[in-house]
Amino acid sequence: MVTETFPGRFESLAGIREFVFQAASDAGFDEKEIYAVELAVDEACANIIEHAYGGEDVGEIECTCNDLKDGLEIIIKDGGEPFDPGEVVPPDFSVALEDVTPRGAGLFLIRNMMDDVDFVFSKEDGNVLRMVKRKKE
Amino acid sequence: MEINTTHYKRCDVVKSVGRIDSYTAPELEEVLKKLTDDGKYKIVLDLEEVDFMSSKGWWVLIETQKACKRYNRGELVLTGVQDRIRDSLNLVGMGGYFQLYDDVVSGVAHF
Repeated sequence: MVTETFPGRFESLAGIREFVFQAASDAGFDEKEIYAVELAVDEACANIIEHAYGGEDVGEIECTCNDLKDGLEIIIKDGGEPFDPGEVVPPDFSVALEDVTPRGAGLFLIRNMMDDVDFVFSKEDGNVLRMVKRKKE
Repeated sequence: MEINTTHYKRCDVVKSVGRIDSYTAPELEEVLKKLTDDGKYKIVLDLEEVDFMSSKGWWVLIETQKACKRYNRGELVLTGVQDRIRDSLNLVGMGGYFQLYDDVVSGVAHF
C-alpha cells in the first residue's frame, strides 16, 4: 500500500495522475484500464479542489493505492465541505448544444471508469472516496 | 501544455500538445476564446498529440462550439482524437456535439 499527500491545487493533478499511473501499472492493468483510473482520479481530485475546498490551496488531498488480489483500491481523502453524491444531478447530453451544462460530468465519468465507488463523510476523516478497479478474470 | 495556432484562408487550425486537465484547460480556453472574440468561428482543433483530456477540457470545447455554431457562422471540428479520449467522450455522451476527423487535412476540408 502506498500513500502520498498533495497540495489541493490544480497544478497537483499531473503528479496525482502519475502516482496512480504507477500503482495501476505495477498492478498489471493494460493501457486502457490505466487511463480509466487516471481519469477517474483526476476528476475526483478536480472536484475536491473546486467543490469540497471551494478553491485552490485551501487543504490537502491524501491518495492511497492498494493492490488487492483482484483489483486496485484507491482511497482519496480531503478535509473540505461534506460531499453528498446524491445531490449531484446526472448530466444530460441529449439536449441541444446551447442548453448543455457541465455539471455532474466528472462524477458520471468516475462511476463509469471504476467498478466500485463509495463516498463516505465523517467528522474524523472528512470526505473519503473509495474506488476499486477490478482486474479482468 | 503547448498550443500553436495557424491561420488559413478558410479556417484556423489550433494544435494542442500535452495533457488537458483543470490546470491546463484555461490556457486552451484563452486561445480558443481569442479566436471567437476576433470573429473566427471556423476552427480545427488538432488533438493528435493530446494524450489526456478531463471533463474540464471537454467543457472548454463545448463552450467554444456554442460560440462557433451560433447563427450558423461556423463550427469547431476535432482531428486526431486518440481512442481512449474518444471513448470517454462517447461514454459521457458528448461525442454527438462534435465532428471528428482522422487528420488535419480532412478537418480543414470540412470547411
